[in-house]
Amino acid sequence: MLIVTCKIKLHSEKTHNKPSRQPGACVIWFLKKSPSQTERMHGRLKIKSTAQQEEEKRKEREKKLKIYVTARDACFSKRKEGILDDEALQLTQQLLSANPDFATFWNYRREILMHLETVKDEDEMQKIYEAELSFLESCLKVNPKSYGSWHHRGWVSVRLPRPDWARELSLCDRCLSLDDRNFHCWDYRRMVVKMSGVPVDQELGFTDRLIGSNFSNYSSWHYRSTLLPLLHPESPEPPSPCRKPPQTSPPPSPQTHSHRVCEEQLLKEYELVQNAFFTDPNDQSAWFYYRWLLGRAEREEMISCVYASRDEERVAVAFSRPVNAQTVGLLLVLDGQPQRVEWRSVHPRFKHSPVWICDLPPGTISDITNEHNLTVHWTEKHTHRDCALYTGRTESYCRDSATDQELFRSELSVEKTSVLQSELQSCNQLQELEPRNKWCLLTIILLMRALDPLGYEKETLAHFQTLKEVDPMRSAYYSDLCSKFMIENTILKMEYAEVRVFSISDKNLTTLCHLDQLLLVTHINLSSNHLQRLPPQFAMLQCLEVLEADNNSIENLEGLYRLPRLEEVSLKNNKISALADLQPLASCPKLKRLDLRGNPVTQTANIESELAELLPSVTDLLL
Amino acid sequence: MAAEDLPSEFDVVILGTGLAESVVAAACSRVGQRVLHLDRRSYYAANWASFTFNGLLTWIEQQHEESPSEEVQDWSSLLEEGEELIYLSKPDSASITNLQVFCFISPETQVSSVFSEEDEEDEAQSHDPPNTTEEETGADDENAAKETSETEPADSNDKETKEEPEEAADGGEDGQSQAAHTQGEEPEGDQPCLHATQSQSEPTRKQISYAQLVKEGRRFNIDLVSKLMYSRGSLVNLLIKSNVSRYAEFKNVTRILTYRHGNVEQVPCSRADVFASRQLSVVEKRKLMRFLTSCVEETEEQQAYNGRPYLEFLRDQQLGDNLQHFLLHSIAMVTEDTATEVGLASTRHFLRCLGHYGNTPFLFPVYGLGEIPQCFCRMCAVFGGVYCLRHSVHCLLVNKDTNRCKAVIDSRGQRISCSHFVVEDSYVATERKKVATPTRSLSRAVLITDGSVLPGDSDQQVSLVTVPPVAAGSLAVRMVELCPSTMTCMPGTYLVHLTCQSVGSAYEDLFPVVTRMFHTPESCNQEKRPSVLWCLYFNMVDGAGVEVQGHDLPSNVYVCSGPDGGLGHEHAIKQAESIFQKILPEEDFCPPAPNPEDIIYDGENTVTSPGDKEEKEKKEEKEKEQQKEQELQTEE
Repeated sequence: MLIVTCKIKLHSEKTHNKPSRQPGACVIWFLKKSPSQTERMHGRLKIKSTAQQEEEKRKEREKKLKIYVTARDACFSKRKEGILDDEALQLTQQLLSANPDFATFWNYRREILMHLETVKDEDEMQKIYEAELSFLESCLKVNPKSYGSWHHRGWVSVRLPRPDWARELSLCDRCLSLDDRNFHCWDYRRMVVKMSGVPVDQELGFTDRLIGSNFSNYSSWHYRSTLLPLLHPESPEPPSPCRKPPQTSPPPSPQTHSHRVCEEQLLKEYELVQNAFFTDPNDQSAWFYYRWLLGRAEREEMISCVYASRDEERVAVAFSRPVNAQTVGLLLVLDGQPQRVEWRSVHPRFKHSPVWICDLPPGTISDITNEHNLTVHWTEKHTHRDCALYTGRTESYCRDSATDQELFRSELSVEKTSVLQSELQSCNQLQELEPRNKWCLLTIILLMRALDPLGYEKETLAHFQTLKEVDPMRSAYYSDLCSKFMIENTILKMEYAEVRVFSISDKNLTTLCHLDQLLLVTHINLSSNHLQRLPPQFAMLQCLEVLEADNNSIENLEGLYRLPRLEEVSLKNNKISALADLQPLASCPKLKRLDLRGNPVTQTANIESELAELLPSVTDLLL
Repeated sequence: MAAEDLPSEFDVVILGTGLAESVVAAACSRVGQRVLHLDRRSYYAANWASFTFNGLLTWIEQQHEESPSEEVQDWSSLLEEGEELIYLSKPDSASITNLQVFCFISPETQVSSVFSEEDEEDEAQSHDPPNTTEEETGADDENAAKETSETEPADSNDKETKEEPEEAADGGEDGQSQAAHTQGEEPEGDQPCLHATQSQSEPTRKQISYAQLVKEGRRFNIDLVSKLMYSRGSLVNLLIKSNVSRYAEFKNVTRILTYRHGNVEQVPCSRADVFASRQLSVVEKRKLMRFLTSCVEETEEQQAYNGRPYLEFLRDQQLGDNLQHFLLHSIAMVTEDTATEVGLASTRHFLRCLGHYGNTPFLFPVYGLGEIPQCFCRMCAVFGGVYCLRHSVHCLLVNKDTNRCKAVIDSRGQRISCSHFVVEDSYVATERKKVATPTRSLSRAVLITDGSVLPGDSDQQVSLVTVPPVAAGSLAVRMVELCPSTMTCMPGTYLVHLTCQSVGSAYEDLFPVVTRMFHTPESCNQEKRPSVLWCLYFNMVDGAGVEVQGHDLPSNVYVCSGPDGGLGHEHAIKQAESIFQKILPEEDFCPPAPNPEDIIYDGENTVTSPGDKEEKEKKEEKEKEQQKEQELQTEE
């Protein structure tokens, strides 16, 4: 225990940096020179005035500077001449001990040392490098956060013929005990641990110690999160029954599994971190670690939906994450025949997109009496999805039903419900004690979402309201997050109702997201929210026929781009101000009805004729 | 003592080297006053002193001795016109009473504790352990020796080899201390019981003998007072401000413990402690942290409780029994009926001192509290103060008209004139003292034990233990347990100080607590508790009631009290400051001592003519250049 063994010297602010004097020596010094009683006429010692002291200090500094500059210039010229001798080593040492952040001299030093390696034997080099390490130690005392010194130490340690890693480790520990957030030291320590193969459990003990002395430390918590999966890996059984059967899914990728921790250890970690956030709920490092513990599931990589339309002779494919279809090896097979098609994203702005479209050669599926079998292969991920287009049907799609399990619990979805439930209980307990703690509120919201997004909708909204009050600086972030959750809930409701109508009016939406999930939606109602734009992602709504977005603050319609079936658009009481803003609509061939009442653009001169020119297909225009 | 006479003129003469006197001495000397600092004793720090074990035994003897009645000499020949004499009281030991010593260990080296009663007695006579058990015990002994050798290799080897010859000598000293047992029961009779029970709990524990305590006596620094330094209390602030801190080193008190439901528990008081505590539920942790943060500032809610008990306030905060106990007894360190505003002030002081030097708000000086007055004396000496021990003042010469002390007559009959006289209260005759309140006293116990009351990860813990009153009307006892690394006790032992306000004698007041918390022959079923090897009980006068002035004394005579019963040093420092301000109302109290290089001496003129300076510098530069040249030559 460090605290016990070290003795404390009390210092006032002023004397803190001065070298400590031996008390005994000091007294003797005084007694030797102290004038005797009778000599002290005025009864007190004369002390130099501050001005005198300043003057002396200034002189001292000037002298130092002169020496420094001379040495520096000498060093530069030596390096220029390519001299790699001991004197240069001496000079750089002097300079660097005064200023350990002079990268050039560290480089010069390395050049010299590498040269010495070629002329000296191993024992000599061991000695030289050991001397280098103790020199570095003195540099680190001057500036414990010097990039140059730490980097050079790493370089030397690796080149040392017989490295003493235990010594390095204890140096790091000493350094971290002085400043447990010195990230240079953390970095170096990681290197040392890796090189010397310190057992993982020992390192976990080390984080225990650091967290015990001060838990407001990201580095320790983060280090813990990298050690735990190694020490207590999750048991190999499938984590949740609702996942797809194994034959269809690819072998588990390392990212999705290796970072999980076995349940027994997890429960211990929950206890530890709860102790931290109950002790100090305003310390964010513990909360972040908690979020990590609760898990962050990665969605399986797959083709989530294939849609085919006879009219447009077009196939749209949705992926579980944004991809670049041109490079991932996407293959369309129609009735057993691979097709040469051109994949394009829904909007020219996207190189990566979760939704990709291709046009089939004219006439391939247009005959309504034919039945077709489509298969889209994602060759890179060894996955595919079939879609049958039956006779008499103008369109067809195939997808997984978007159950709540699969789609939106990705924030905290891995844990078992019972664990999440008990975690929610303790967070609620804390929230009772600290009703205005933002970290607690946010975590409660996330836990509620993971447990039952629809059931907790009311509580979630109330908590968001409180969050915006207690943390007004981030109210926009909370609004966006809330919008996202509202959209997720609406999607779930739509899925349960098995309809293709998406209605989310009057929910204070500030942003739109999950639009890839709305590929099949034909009617959308976004009225009475706080939307400012229809983003390019909006173009993923490939089946959209009717758009209602009245009473928002929309000024940008970028996302109404090449929507092949869009017929009716209602944008009453928004903020569209220029004709140019309506330009994207020109790419929607079937647009017939457009309601722009209550928009500034209606005040423009010649608006009707301009619009008629821009949107010739529109027959029903309300201004 | 030097035979030469002291100078006959000083600004301030100070009699007694307790903490307050020493601070006054340092402060006066620092601002240029000529100070003479005397003490009739042979050691510094009066009742604030620390002793080695052997030194303490001597001190105990002195307390038992009848103070030799000195003849009152007539000093009237030294009187000048218009002067009168005030005699100081004879050196008395009235401040220490009811001294009792108990020894619970055998006088000689106990090799093992696995003996039966008979063996024990045998051994006491023969010194040599019976052959039958030698093998077994030999192994134990070796282990023990190894343990100690880690810390003090040289010494333990010494011990092993030199044991035999030393014992004889130690026996003699032991006999002396036995004589010091005034009312103590015969320790020998109870001993077998002690060893028997102990061997069950920890058969490998090496028994420390009295001879060893004496032999290792120099490792002990046993304080007569038991205090801690609040890390932002007035003493620490003064040490820092005056630079006196450079003369001492300190250790953190590493934990605060409390005695509750028959167990010793750790009190979580810092953020890290609260986080790590295993006794508190998470909700309690939150409540405690919230309470501690909220009480830093005064609120209207708190004011509403003014005059009402602190306990009531705590109860109304819905904290629960655990936290109430911690907050009342260990953090505020007040009693159940203390008023809320007092309790809160004390809590705040505790909190203000947290986090400066570690997990608790307290520091303890390495080598004991007796160091502190000596540090101030050193400071006084550095600035020219003159020191004499075993040197007292017999009487004061007072100007009848002005009622001011003009001079003193020292124990050698020298007349020394002074403008101010500061004196420890025990030198002042009782009839001259103004006693406002009935003199209270403190009950003290000093124990040497063989283990910590709460063994933890580290055996080098410095603990403050608060023992709340067991029943209504009984006493709150404060206990400080010091480990060997504080340089106050020998390796393998702990030094425990107990303090409380007296009701009866120290033994009557503290014996019940000692029996409950430690393993002594009187205590039963306490095998797991640390054993008391040796202990001392005494009462000391509580200095808290003594006023600086207002006694029947000249106006320039100031009285310093002995140690008070408080945990911190606030009382003594406040007293010293007020005395200093009365002596020198215009001067700064202990301004920072200058660095030696900033002091100008006669003949060494740093502000001399510019010519001199330049020459000097030129010389220096030349020397440096020469040096450089030499260096370069050698390198080539």
